[in-house]
Amino acid sequence: MSAPRRPTDPSGLERYYVLTGGRSGPGGSASSLDVATLIVSRTAPAPGMQHEHEEILRRCRDPLSVAELGAHLGLPFNILAVLLADLLEADRVEARDPIPAHDARRGPDLALLEEVLSGLERL
Amino acid sequence: MDLKGFDHPGGPGDEGTRSVKVMIAGGFGTGKTTMVRSVSDIKPLTTEETLTQASADVDHLIGVAEKTETTVSLDFGKIGLNDSLMLYLFGTPGQERFWFLWNGLFKGALGAVVLVDTRRLASSFRAIEEMERQNVPFVVALNVFPDSKDYPVEEIRDALDIPEHIPVVACDARDRESSRDVLVTLIRHLKDRSAVALESR
Repeated sequence: MSAPRRPTDPSGLERYYVLTGGRSGPGGSASSLDVATLIVSRTAPAPGMQHEHEEILRRCRDPLSVAELGAHLGLPFNILAVLLADLLEADRVEARDPIPAHDARRGPDLALLEEVLSGLERL
Repeated sequence: MDLKGFDHPGGPGDEGTRSVKVMIAGGFGTGKTTMVRSVSDIKPLTTEETLTQASADVDHLIGVAEKTETTVSLDFGKIGLNDSLMLYLFGTPGQERFWFLWNGLFKGALGAVVLVDTRRLASSFRAIEEMERQNVPFVVALNVFPDSKDYPVEEIRDALDIPEHIPVVACDARDRESSRDVLVTLIRHLKDRSAVALESR
């Protein structure tokens, strides 16, 4: 005599499953996303967009790291990476990976370290 | 597939904001989150990775309501170095056995600070080993707790078996300037290493 059971708490795995359409990890361009990768919107949210996509575009008008996005949206890294892969593929956002101190081809980036140092010394 | 905007961010002439990252490592309770908090411009945040992935297998989801997900959390903060460069600081999870689960946690980092509680040296052995294994340049910061004995830095260096060229400094992770100074020590160390690497080319 009971009504069909409905999820009482739209959080956790079921919620993630719905958000990502069951995809568990990003392929292609988003697979190299780092927690410190900066995401920048290239377009305004379009009508009919998935809410989370819209939210990402809105929050990334100014560059925002994947870690910050995850914290603000309450989404774990791997779920967010799936959503970002959609936006990257549609060319709606740009991703800028953190700059390493050492480039395989060019060697150590002394200018970068100098820039970081002077920024810290100004604190 | 068109990957523009990822492989070639911004294109030529783009003066857009970029980021660098530094990891704050160390054993459980050595003050990693405290250090992130004391130097960050923003209120420190936490980002998570679920270890139980949202599987494509629907059956798998049935009956998971009771299941608690295992998450690995990273506390992080950021420092605006100038108008176009952000430094992100990530405190590593306290349990080092989770580090490998977070894909590429240390990849692309400038380097790391390994925090050590001088009352419990052994708690940071694993972190130091891990930096060496993953080839992450690091400096060691002794977090001086109010009831820590005043250990000479060199004695700690011996006890932890830290090579001569790696800086070991004392700090107070609660103090912004002291934590900033540790980061300055790290970047100077990276510069020295780079200079050596350039000379030997």
